[in-house]
Order: sequence, then C-alpha cells, then structure tokens
Amino acid sequence: MSGRLDGDPIPRRDFLGLAGVWTTTIALLGSLLGMIRLPKPSVLPEASRRFRLGKPEDFPPGTSKVISGQNVLVISSGSGIAAMSLVCTHLGCIVAKTEGGFSCPCHGSFFDQDGQIKAGPAPRGLRWLEVTRAVDGRLVVNAGREVDPGTYYSA
Amino acid sequence: MSKSGIAIITENLRSLPRNFRDSIVRHDRPESDRSRSQAVFSNLFLHIHATRTHIRSLRPSATFGLGIASISLFIILLVTGVLLMVYYKPSIGLAYESMKDIHFVVPSGRLVRNVHRWSAHLMVIAVILHMCRVFYTASYKPPREFNWVIGMGLFIITLALSFTGYLLPWDQLAYWAITIGANIAASPRELTDAVGITQSFDPGGLSKELLLGASEVGQDALTRFYLLHVMVLPLAMGALVGVHFWRIRKDGGIGRPDINQTAAGKGVDDARSLRNLPSSPELSPTKSYGLMCVVDGKTPATDLDPVDTVPSWPYLMRAEVVIFMACVLVSIVLGMLMDAPLKELANPSVPENPAKAPWYFLGLQEMVSYSAFMGGLIIPAIVVLGLGLIPYIDREPNPPGVYFSSRGGKRVAVRSAVFGIVAAVLAVAVPVNFGWLRNWFPDISQIWIIIFNPGSLLTAAYAGWSIRTLQTTQSTRLSAIALFTCFVAGFLITTYVGMNLRGPNWDFYWSSAQWPTH
Repeated sequence: MSGRLDGDPIPRRDFLGLAGVWTTTIALLGSLLGMIRLPKPSVLPEASRRFRLGKPEDFPPGTSKVISGQNVLVISSGSGIAAMSLVCTHLGCIVAKTEGGFSCPCHGSFFDQDGQIKAGPAPRGLRWLEVTRAVDGRLVVNAGREVDPGTYYSA
Repeated sequence: MSKSGIAIITENLRSLPRNFRDSIVRHDRPESDRSRSQAVFSNLFLHIHATRTHIRSLRPSATFGLGIASISLFIILLVTGVLLMVYYKPSIGLAYESMKDIHFVVPSGRLVRNVHRWSAHLMVIAVILHMCRVFYTASYKPPREFNWVIGMGLFIITLALSFTGYLLPWDQLAYWAITIGANIAASPRELTDAVGITQSFDPGGLSKELLLGASEVGQDALTRFYLLHVMVLPLAMGALVGVHFWRIRKDGGIGRPDINQTAAGKGVDDARSLRNLPSSPELSPTKSYGLMCVVDGKTPATDLDPVDTVPSWPYLMRAEVVIFMACVLVSIVLGMLMDAPLKELANPSVPENPAKAPWYFLGLQEMVSYSAFMGGLIIPAIVVLGLGLIPYIDREPNPPGVYFSSRGGKRVAVRSAVFGIVAAVLAVAVPVNFGWLRNWFPDISQIWIIIFNPGSLLTAAYAGWSIRTLQTTQSTRLSAIALFTCFVAGFLITTYVGMNLRGPNWDFYWSSAQWPTH
C-alpha cells in the first residue's frame, strides 16, 4: 500500500487514456509503414537486358549498325566490337545519328562519335555496354551493364 | 370511433407524395427570401454557401468567377472522365485501340474525349488565373493564410491530374512525355553521379521506380498512372476542395475591405441600383441574422445590419450557374472545333521530334533543357515553397479585395513585369546565341552546370529583384508583388518560347516554317 501513500504520479484514468492513444498511434503508424512499402517493387518486371547480336564476322571493322528495338549501336573497329546505348543520358529520349555525332531530339544534347557529351543539358556521355561472347560463338550485349567508354571486345 | 386500418393506409398512401417531399426538404417552396435561406442552410449541397452574400463579392471584377470556373471545369472533367472510363482499357496492348474506338466508333465518344481534353486545359488556365487574382487582391492575408496553402495543393493536384492523364492514350505523345517526366524524377542522379554516391544513395532512382513500377515506361507505369488519374488524385482533389470551400465560409467569404468602410463608402449603392436590387431585404427570416448570415470576423458581429448583403439564392447561385454554363459552352464549342491529339502508337525506339510537353509544362521543359535536376526539381520546388510561404512572410495588414493593394503596388507590378520579361528573354537568348558552359568547357563537372545555368540565374535574378524592392520600399507586400509578377512573366515568356520558338532537337526557330524537312 506504500504506493498509495506516495500518491500516484499520474492518475490511473489519464494513464489508461494515454496508453490507448499511443497504442492506436503506434498501430496506425506501423500499418502505414507496411503500406508505403508496397509500391516499391522488389523485382522489376522486365525481360533480360541481355541480347544476342550475331557472329563477329557480321560486323566488319569500320562499320556501325543500330540494333532495332534495343536502342543500341554496335561499333566495329580494328580493335574489336563495342556497343553503345542510344538512350540520351539527359531524360531518356533516343538520340539520332547526325553530322559528326548524335543529337537528342528532346532537349538538344549533342554527343560526338564516341558518345562524349559536347553540348546541351545531358550530364554525361552515352553509356557503353558490355559485349561478351556466348558459347556458340555469337556476340552478346548486356544492356544492363555499363563499361568504360572506348572498351572494345576482341575475340 | 377510430378509423379502420384500411382507411388509414389509404389516407397515408394518398398523402405519400407530400409526406415524402416533406421528409426530404423541411422548408416551404423557395419563393420568399426566408424559405430560400432555409433551403440554403438545410441542404447539404447548398449549405456550402452562406445564406446571404456580400454585394461586393458578386461584382464580376471581384473574382472574375475564376474559382467557380475551376470547380465547374472539374465537374465537367469528372463527368466526361467517367464516360471515357466506360470504354478505356488501361493495358498497353489495348489502351491505344480503345482510344481509337472512343474517337471513331463510340457514339459521341469523340466529342466527350475532346471536351475532357479542352476542359482540362481550361481548368489549368482557370486555376492559374484564380491564383493570380487571389494574390493580387491580397486575399491570402489573415485569416486566409492557410486557405492559400490549400490552394497551392489544389494547383499541384491539377497539374498532376493533367500529367497522369497524358500517358493514358499510349501514343507517341504520351510515351515520350512520361519517359521525360519519369527521368526528371530520376534527375537527382545528376548530382549523386557527379558526387559519386549513386551506388549507396539514389533518391532519383527510387522516385522513378515508385512512379513507373519498373525502370522503363511500360504496363506497370500505365497501371499506376491510371490509378492515380481516376482514383487517388480525384479523391485528394475532392477532399481538398471541400476544405478550401469550408474555409472560405469560415474566413468570411470572398476577401473584401472592412465591412463598415464599404457600408460608409459609396460605390455599393451604385452597384445596388445598377443591379436593380431591393434596397433592403424584404422579408427577413425569422431566425436571427446574427447566427446564420454574419459570420465575418472571429466573433459573431450581431450588431451589424446585413445591409450590404443579398440572399445567396438567387443572386449568388444565378452567377454560379452562368459561369458553369459558360464553361460547358466553351468546352463543347472547342471540342467540336478541335480534336484532341492522338499520334501513332507508342514506339520506344523513336521519340517525337520535337517532343513537347503540354503547354503549361513548356516553361518547365525550357528549364529542363538547361539542367534536368535544377530546372525540373529544384526550381519548381523553390517556386512552390516560395508561393506557399507568401502569407507567412508578408504579414502587412493590407485590405483584402483591392487589386495591387495600392497605387505603389500597381507601379511595382508593372516594373516587375518589365524586369521579369527582359530577364527571361535574356535567359533564353544568351544560350541560344552563345551556348552555355558545356559548349565552352566540354569536360566541366556537371555540378557547375547544375548551379550555374540560365534557369538558376533567372531564379536568382528574380529573387534579387524582389529583395531590392524590399529594400527600397520596406514593404513585404510590394516585395511579394515584385517576386510573384516576375515569376508570372517568366512563366509566360518561357511558355511562349517552348510553344512557338522551339523546333526539332529543341533548336531555336523564329517560326515552324523554318523547321528542317526530312
């Protein structure tokens, strides 16, 4: 009974009321956390970014070829074969080949032959992509993996 | 002797229509001021009005009806939007086909779609003009500060509704506009890439992923945008509109100079005789005016005679109906004259050239063409934050309802408009003629371009101009007028440039006749 003699530091009714308020608040906040987690996908619903090109002989040195549907340019030179993304690093439009390089139709970024940024709002050059070779000897581009500009694959 | 059960039922059936009506409405036929007042305050839908309206609020020049026009257009959008949902299929394989069906096959589908599109454009115009009206009449002053903030929320939701609606046709216009928009959301990467921390801290990638549900615009993006467009944003809009209207009532209606001053001054009597209104309310409701009519101020001002007010029914409601019908008329006429665009099916390999956003985002697109992060996120955030804070920074007691507050205010507005236009023209003309940092130093770090670009310098110039006005006039109201006017001028100039002077590759052309053909 000693507690009684000291007097309650907080009346019982207030304690229960506050406990109720905080239980409700915490429960609702917890549910909210669970709910805002939902819209962020844990797996991106996309097809593989890897695709096959063909045999190295299909790309004679000194030529370049746009792979339709993939927005990738395959460049073949004496030192090997490289792939460059044609997606503008500014806001994702597809650049088009113009005199001396590549122009973006959306906000006027301009890149040189090697994808280096020369003018416009793009923060960086075009992405170069990893080129490897499958077991059957055909070339494979991984559009999801970037390599240093100027990296050529030679068999 | 009591009646038989059958007789009672017969009698009840006979009086059923009357009893049914009386159970719905609890007042007489709305033929007198009294019963009309009762109708207004006993009806859920009418009671957002005060029973009586200040005569000044009914002057066309007091509001130009822009708030009512905004809500009218929103109602038109709701109705036409629901109709479009009957046939629209939010799937990337079917969306474009269903748009074609709506346009070419569905009975009156073409008109409904056109009206939806035109009223959306008109609503953006109405909301922007409404914001200007409220600002220039100083109607954000206490006690209306928070309603201005709510209004900012409504402005953002209006733009968000336009933006999300843009994707739904799944044509070229839609696909590339949303690709650009989503990459603006990802543009903090400009900064994190330059600093080299994107691997561990990537807010840009996160916001893009939340928006698209994927790393590119596809089915998940369409689902999310559809959900936002038809459900989340309209509900948010409805809730905020409710708060907005409620607070207009609670804050004393449309902002106007002090009641007693107006009553003493002339002008009111002129307006009264012009509109051929009775000189005093003919039949006063039996309930006291004090409780239900005069809600100005923090305490019921029961000693004030409602001499400057007229019954909301019919005077206010007639004005509202006129504005609503005008909105319907303009939307339908525009919808009959001009079709909403529907380009080719979305093609992820070939962007539109030029790929232009809707007109109200073209100023933003101009900013984005200098730096995506600064122009697409930081400057809009500064503008929205700055606008929202206006009522808390400018707390001078200017009378609400007076355009530009004073003669000096008008002068500041004109000067600021000139400054704002000249600065915006320079901000566009210099990079067009001389290029910018990237042309001069191709290897410069992106950080410098984020900080120093025509958009950020223009914003800084506007801020500087406003501070200069503050120092010369010592008035926060005049300084706010300077800043707001500058931004309106900048918005107009950059929008005009984006609409008319930008061509393929976002190059500058004096007219589209000079665009290269290919």
